[in-house]
Amino acid sequence: MDICVCIKRYPSLGSAIMLTDDGMAIDTDKLGFTLSPHEECAVEAAVQLKEEHGGTVTLISMGPEGVEEQIREQFAIGADRAIWIRSDSTDIDPQAAAKAIGDAIEADETAFDLILLGSESADNANAQTGVRLAHRLGRPVATAIKGMTIADGVATCERAVGTMREVYRVRLPAVVTVKDGLNIPRYPSVPGRIKARKKPIDEVTGDLDAPSIQLMGLTAPIRESKGAQDLGAGDEAADALVDVMKQIGVLS
Amino acid sequence: MILVYADHDRGELDPLALQVVSAARGLDADVHALIVGPNAEKCVDDLASAGVRTVHHGTNAAIDDYTPRANANAVITVMDRLEPRAVLAAGTPRGSEVLAHVASIKDLPLVTECSEIALTGSGTAEVTRARWGGNLLERSEVSADVLLATVQAHAFAVSEDAGDAQVEAFEVPVTDADLEVSIVERTGAAETGVGLAEAKVVISGGRGMDGPEAFGMLEELADILGGAVGCSRVVTAAGWRPHAEQVGQTGTKVAPDLYIAFGISGATQHIAGCKSAKTLIAVNTDGQAPIMTHADYAVVDNLHTLLPVLIEKARAAQGA
Repeated sequence: MDICVCIKRYPSLGSAIMLTDDGMAIDTDKLGFTLSPHEECAVEAAVQLKEEHGGTVTLISMGPEGVEEQIREQFAIGADRAIWIRSDSTDIDPQAAAKAIGDAIEADETAFDLILLGSESADNANAQTGVRLAHRLGRPVATAIKGMTIADGVATCERAVGTMREVYRVRLPAVVTVKDGLNIPRYPSVPGRIKARKKPIDEVTGDLDAPSIQLMGLTAPIRESKGAQDLGAGDEAADALVDVMKQIGVLS
Repeated sequence: MILVYADHDRGELDPLALQVVSAARGLDADVHALIVGPNAEKCVDDLASAGVRTVHHGTNAAIDDYTPRANANAVITVMDRLEPRAVLAAGTPRGSEVLAHVASIKDLPLVTECSEIALTGSGTAEVTRARWGGNLLERSEVSADVLLATVQAHAFAVSEDAGDAQVEAFEVPVTDADLEVSIVERTGAAETGVGLAEAKVVISGGRGMDGPEAFGMLEELADILGGAVGCSRVVTAAGWRPHAEQVGQTGTKVAPDLYIAFGISGATQHIAGCKSAKTLIAVNTDGQAPIMTHADYAVVDNLHTLLPVLIEKARAAQGA
């Protein structure tokens, strides 16, 4: 089974967000980069399916130079090769992104049985690139999936809704967008990291349409400290906590 | 006219649909709603009470449960006939999914998780939407003849406007391909942590718990307070607790009266899930941890020694 996983490079935010002076982007000068949990689960699922059914795992990522870092990290997990769609930024309009990814998939030699994406990006949460890609490729799609098994050319997909799970069956070839919680992604092994250095990345140029959504500005809600009241430590703190609980009315 | 896609599950209206109606009424007094499939007629009265005067009910003998592409076809049928200025849905998995299909088929932009929407001219709109799980707000201008948008949960309050709604039934055009993906089965709660999203008290643990064992104490405290146990992403990634208990951007968003964070540093991923708590207490050995800036009360102490004492005192107070 040949699987393609779309991944995106994000700044690793930590605990505070700093914006650039024009307020149009996150200042990433001092930040490291990572994938989103949804996408880490998508790669893990693909590698598990490869281990179970055989086949290959191809990554696709869009963006400038740095995306190679996230690609190599996922090579170390077990992906085999990657397609890098070079673009100026990772902040791409979802209509344009789906078209460019669709073009790259159609132009590739591999006929992918399954294309996995995160259900929404960690940064923009547009929650639509997977569906747009499915239409672009004429394939069925299931979204926001937290459980998946594949047998006889059919993906049985579970979506968590409240306390229930909705089950969808999707005939391959298909597109599935997944959520954190689908599995527990493994850590890369040392041999995995060594192999990752030599795995191939094919670079293609993305033909990006002009966006129909224009960013006017970003605001980070001011994170001034709420001025937490210090309740001390030990027995004194435990007494004070019980008082707070009574005051709020969660303890009689 | 503004069209609201109102989702329902076997006749039970998604309560967020009424918030979407509110958002729509902020744009235009003339709000229509669309419901699809069998049993959807049960939703008409609720929609009418929120100010919807026309409900379009799309059916087809082949649609027996939620079917994303058929629902998208229903939206498109009404859109093509009545040319609404905007089509809105709740920012739920289903709302996003249906509008993403509509956006794909009609090659229109779709803006998600909007907390403010303004129609600024013919074919333009301005929206405020959440990025990074609400840690960042984006203002954007959208150019489209029909604005497609999903609405952030709880950004618009439901407003009552009692009256009757006229129901207009129509046949939804579907092909076999449209029917291919639909709900084939439902399974019950497969995970623990049920009710986390609605819990009045959430007792959460992070990296400082040092392993799965100490979560037994959080369960005890949650039991005494009638609350639920939560955790940070570090905890689910390590396999200490099931993902259903994860509070955060890629987990559950909670809004309890009381949230206690034990050994949680306060990364944006976690704050996205707990910032709606009415009262937040942080217990951490590091008084400078980022979580402290979000806390109403701080305890700088070792959770492993504090918890047994706290449990004993809370139980005594409850029994008293």
